[in-house]
This record gives sequence, structure tokens and C-alpha cells, in this order.
Amino acid sequence: MAWTGKILRVDLTKGTCTDEPLNMDWAKKYLGQRGLGTKYLCEEIDPRVNPLSPKNKLIMATGPLTGTNASTAGRYSVITKGALTGAIACSNSGGFFGNEMKNAGYDMIIFEGRAKTPVYLLVRDGKAELQDGRGFWGKSVWDTEEGIKKKHGDPLIRVASIGVSGEKGVKFACIVNDMHRAAGRSGVGTVMGSKNLKAVAIRGTLGVTVDNPKKFMSAVAKGKQVLADNAVTGQGLPAMGTQVLMNVINEVGALPTRNHLANQFDGAADISAEAMAEPRASDGKPNLVTNAACFACTIACGRISTIDRTHYTVAKRPQYQIASGGLEYEAAWALGAATGVDDLDALTFANFICNEQGFDPISFGATVGAAMEMYEKGVLTKKHTGGIALNFGNAKALTKLAELTGQAKGFGAEIGLGSKLLCAKYKRPALAMQVKGQEFPAYDGRGIQGMGLTYATSNRGACHLRSYTVASEILGIPEKTDPLATKGKAGLVIAFQNATSVVDSAGICVFTTFAWSLDDIAPQIDAACAGDWSVDNLLLVGERIWNLERKFNLDAGFTGKDDTLPKRLLKDAAKTGPAKGLTSGLHKMLPEYYQLRGWSKDGVPSNKTLSRLAL
Amino acid sequence: MQKSLVIYPDKCTGCLQCELACSYQAEGVFNPAKSRIKVFNFHDQGRFVPYTCTQCDEAWCLHACPVDAITVDMTNGAKVVSDDVCVGCKVCTIACPFGTVNYNQATGKVIKCDLCGGDPECVKACPTDAIAYMDADLTGLEKMRAWAAKTDAALQAGA
Repeated sequence: MAWTGKILRVDLTKGTCTDEPLNMDWAKKYLGQRGLGTKYLCEEIDPRVNPLSPKNKLIMATGPLTGTNASTAGRYSVITKGALTGAIACSNSGGFFGNEMKNAGYDMIIFEGRAKTPVYLLVRDGKAELQDGRGFWGKSVWDTEEGIKKKHGDPLIRVASIGVSGEKGVKFACIVNDMHRAAGRSGVGTVMGSKNLKAVAIRGTLGVTVDNPKKFMSAVAKGKQVLADNAVTGQGLPAMGTQVLMNVINEVGALPTRNHLANQFDGAADISAEAMAEPRASDGKPNLVTNAACFACTIACGRISTIDRTHYTVAKRPQYQIASGGLEYEAAWALGAATGVDDLDALTFANFICNEQGFDPISFGATVGAAMEMYEKGVLTKKHTGGIALNFGNAKALTKLAELTGQAKGFGAEIGLGSKLLCAKYKRPALAMQVKGQEFPAYDGRGIQGMGLTYATSNRGACHLRSYTVASEILGIPEKTDPLATKGKAGLVIAFQNATSVVDSAGICVFTTFAWSLDDIAPQIDAACAGDWSVDNLLLVGERIWNLERKFNLDAGFTGKDDTLPKRLLKDAAKTGPAKGLTSGLHKMLPEYYQLRGWSKDGVPSNKTLSRLAL
Repeated sequence: MQKSLVIYPDKCTGCLQCELACSYQAEGVFNPAKSRIKVFNFHDQGRFVPYTCTQCDEAWCLHACPVDAITVDMTNGAKVVSDDVCVGCKVCTIACPFGTVNYNQATGKVIKCDLCGGDPECVKACPTDAIAYMDADLTGLEKMRAWAAKTDAALQAGA
């Protein structure tokens, strides 16, 4: 009920697939997906292991709601030690793959070891086998997905795969499912590539049930109504997607621009949701074709876009003259504002390539931004870049590098190191806009102070999705706080971190929390799952998950010293907009954060905290 | 009175809530594979199209069935499979020009849309009103209204 109660263990070294019962004691403590996958990983690997060694494991995990008709309940996560960060990695993806895994009878798939030659896993209704993947090695995500469906004569198979970038060790490679949904961050695709695992292909028709159907249907119906009635989830996101934020964040002076040298981008309007809806000169059609939903999602924020057929990127390449996954806000920011490029079609093309070859547009764009700054400062020259004029704003440099990074060729292989290693290589470590090796997403920690603390303390390296205080500081959800103030932000960040840990462990999408609080979510989980899933218990579960991840990182060698931000945010004040003159007040927020967390001054959870959380 | 499901593909987001509602109503589990309505994703064109039985008046499936397992629900015109009578011969799946009657290996019977006895779950589950349930004589009314509005606008613009 809700959980299938079964996990699949795949030993890639031995080539075996074995069913195991799910540890229900752990399920009661960690719920599912992010929490439960992290628990299994912590129990099964040495946190000091090299992420790319066969001793690292890679876990695909669904939540108890995954596969039900709760809104957005199709999510799955990939949990592993991240190739980009060396920290705990948990990357969450939508699309339809998570439901297929659940319907095939599994809560979780654990991959261990390394295959001698490339393989892919084929799962059909509780039967799993490894297949020869050599024919797909070297192929893109798009060709692999299509090829596997064709090979097995079943168009309804769902596939999660890596592209060439993941095979070749690009540090921020993703695992992409359903053509353009991705477990995107921290290099989970790189880990998959290191295991010689090209793809996971699943067809599931077993059905998903819940503990108390009558209560569940009523809780789910109520939840859907709340989403439909909310201005963000009912109107803003379906109409404009996450890109609704581009002009908003620019106006509040928190749009990091040209590798965080500026905090407002004069080209923001040209790469915004509004621009995507504008008919173009060549054919009178807009970039945006339609919005699209992931499995069971009643919000449907996804963008399906086309590139102007006369644009230099696709004019001679009909294979890209199709509708496919378009720009979401984070990708548009990283490919655009972070690099100073304001050419919407170039960004859409770069985004297509990120999906096609399976790499994270956030880390990619941010790393290109850092490289551009080094180029403009004369640290990098055309000799390094293979002749590419890597100036800020150069669209052709951006799209060229997207193609090269997808193949890990030329200077693209160096971009594939990520900003931290790239900038260290050229002796400019301060120019890497990252925490724990992972690049910042699209919010400036000077203009939105809570996001500075969010990035510094995020367990998977800089990330907006671990505690999206933008909701409170900018959008006023659940209540408005001052984005320029540091007071109260420690508590705010902790509240978001704990609640988000629950959402990520349930099988639903974090975007529901624009409208849902745990008061809306708890009844759905409680009706679906046996046991006590009150709001109070869920908050405890969330806090437990956060501390478990923290413990993994400390055991992996991270310390409180890693909970920091690049000097640029701490020393250089924002130049324009409402945040003008402000730096990040991290030093004011972090001690309070540690204290409220029940951690020592060095950021180590106290024994009292650990025992309170039953860790 | 005959009633019909009317589908507006341009409103569909591809979320599959209709498939979940259908499988839950018909089979008691969430299982798109067992849904009587299917959403097709024409990926490269960015189109989602839900498709299911249109309850033909002279239903090929009904006429082809050798054991009279498919009968008409007189309250709404639905063609309904009686599991007690169906022998799983699959002739109806061949006869149907649209592919909307399908065999279910788990039960050895065929499955098709039965309009949920007159209260279709897919209609209630669709978050964007891409599926409607109405008097079979009025299925074109909304489209006509939309075109009428455009016609009027054109006249006004010309005036």
C-alpha cells in the first residue's frame, strides 16, 4: 500500500538483479524517495568513497505517493555521492519515469559496482534483466530513448538515460527521462556513466494502491482544488512557467548577471516568459508552443518550445526544428543572464543540447559565465578556448560550447569540469560562483538574503530547491519577509529545509508548495500510508532527513568552513536596484542557523540533537 | 438520451489524470495501463491528444461480438461489455475501426469505455476541462460558438 514494499538491487559487477523487501522500519522514519534513499546510501557506502569508484552506489527512489492521482505524484529521485560535489546528492525528476517504476513494482532500485562493458537495465512488471548496452554507448539521450523503445517494440516503455557527456565524465551530467525531464544536479549522471550504465528502461502495469482509498480520494480532491484556486499554481505557472520569475527577480535586483558581476541584466526582458510568448518575425509563431504536465500534475508549468527556423543554430539542421523541452527559469538564467547572452533562440538551442546530451544547464551556464570572466580578464585566451571568442554576451560561443560540452570535446571538456575545478586550474578560485563545488542557481544572495544562507547550508551544494525562501522573501508565500533583511532568516531557511525534505520524500513536486503547506500534504500522505503521518511527525521526519544528509557530508570530510559563499557575495556590494550597497549577511545568519539546528559552533549536530531525531 | 464525451485536445496538458481516474474507477488501482482513455503525446509537435470510445450508434464491436457480450446502456447510449458473457475472443478489437476496445490479459476479457454508468470520472478529473460530457446532439456547440465569436469579430473589424 503506497509503498510497493519491494526494492530491486542491481549488482553491475556481477550482472545480477535481485528483489529485496523494503525495510519498513526505515520507511516509517524516512518516508520514501529522498529520505529513504539517503538512509540506504548512508548505510551502504563509506562517505569518503570516490564518487566515481565502483564502491559508490546509485539509488533511484520513488515516494509513497508516486504513481497515485495526488497532484504531481510522479516524482522520483536519484541519490548518490555527487560527482560534482563529493557531497550527498539527491536529484529529483518529474516526467513519467517515476510512475513507471512504481507500477513495475519497485519503490527503489539500487545500483552497485561497475559493469565491465556498457549495459542498460530493462524492467517489466517485477522482472529485471541487464541488457547489452554497447549499441547505445556514444548515443544521445534522445537516440537512446527512441532506440530502446524500438528495439523492444514497445513505445510505452519509459527510459531514463545518460548522454555522451555522462559517459565521458562531464562533472555535471544529468540522468534524463522522457526526453527532457532530468535528475539534473550534482553530477548524478556522471556517477551513472562511471558504472557503465547507459539507461534504465521500465514498463509497469501492476497498479498502485493506497492504504485508505476513501480518505485518500477526498484528501487528494481537496489538494487539487487548493492548487487550482491559487494564483501561482492555478494561473501563473501554467501560463508562463517558472519563467514568470525572470522580470520579477530582475526588478528586485537579485538576477545574478555575468558571473555575478552585476545583479540586474539589461537583457532580462528578451529572455523572459513574455518574450517566449511573443510572435517572431520569420513565421509569426512564438517560441512557446504549449505548456505541458508531468505525470499527474494539475499545474502543468512545463514549457514546450521551438527555435526560429531561420536562426543560425538550426537553419541547416532540421533535426532541431521540432518542439521539445523549452526554457525554464533556472536554465534561461544560467544560459542567459549568467553569460550575458540575450538571444532567446540561442538559449533554447543550448537547452535542447543540454537535454539531448544530458547535462545540467545551471552548472553549464554558470561555468561558461566564469570562463567568460576569465577570458575578459585575459586569464584565458583563444589558445585555451580553441579559437572561441569567449566574451560575455557571445551567443555563438555559448551554443558552440554547449555542443562541445555535450561531447566533452575541446574546451567543452574543460567547461565539463565545473566552475570550481576550472577556476582552480587557472588559479582564479574566487571566480567560481559555487558552494561545495555546485554552481549557484538564479538568485543573488545579496538581493535575497535568505538565499545566501540557503546556498551556504544546502547539503548538496548551492541549490535553490533545498529551501526556496524566494517564496517568502519575494512572493510573500506563506508570508512576506524583507528580502534585504537577515533577521529571522535562519529560522525561515530551517523551516523551508525541513518541509522541503518531506515534500521531496513523498513523491510530489516542490512547486505544489507555492499553494500547499504541510497541512494540505499531510492528509494525503496519511491516507495513502499506514502509520502516523501528522504534520508534527512529518516535520520531525524532515528534520531527521536534513541531519542525516549533514552527517553524511561531515563524514565525507566537509566541515562548517564549507558553509560559506564566494568572496564576491560577501565583500562586493550589489551595484544597482533595491539591494544596492548590500553584501550577503551570511556571518550574521549562520551562527543563529547552527544554534537553531542544535548544532555546535562548527556546524556539527550535537548528540542531543541526534538522539532527539533518533539518528 | 445519448450522451457523449467530447475532447478538446488543445486544452490537454498530458498529465494523465484522466487515465488515473479511469483505472481507479474501473479496476480499483492507479494504473494508466488499464485506462479506457489514453492520452497520446505527439512530442515533436508539442501536442497531447486524449482518445477513447465515441460510443458509435451502429457499433462495430457490438455487432461483431459472437456471444452478445456488448450491450447498449439505454440511459446514455454507452456500449458496455458484460464480463460474465465475454469470452475474450478479441473479435471486437479487430472490428473497432478506432482501436478503443482492448484486451486485458489479466482478466481475459476486453475493456472499453462505459461512460462510468453516466458519470464519467475522466471528465471530473481533468484539470483543464479538456474532456466534457454532454448531450450527444450538442457536441459541436462550443466549437460553433467559438467560431461564431470570431466571425462576429471579423465583421466588427471590417465595419
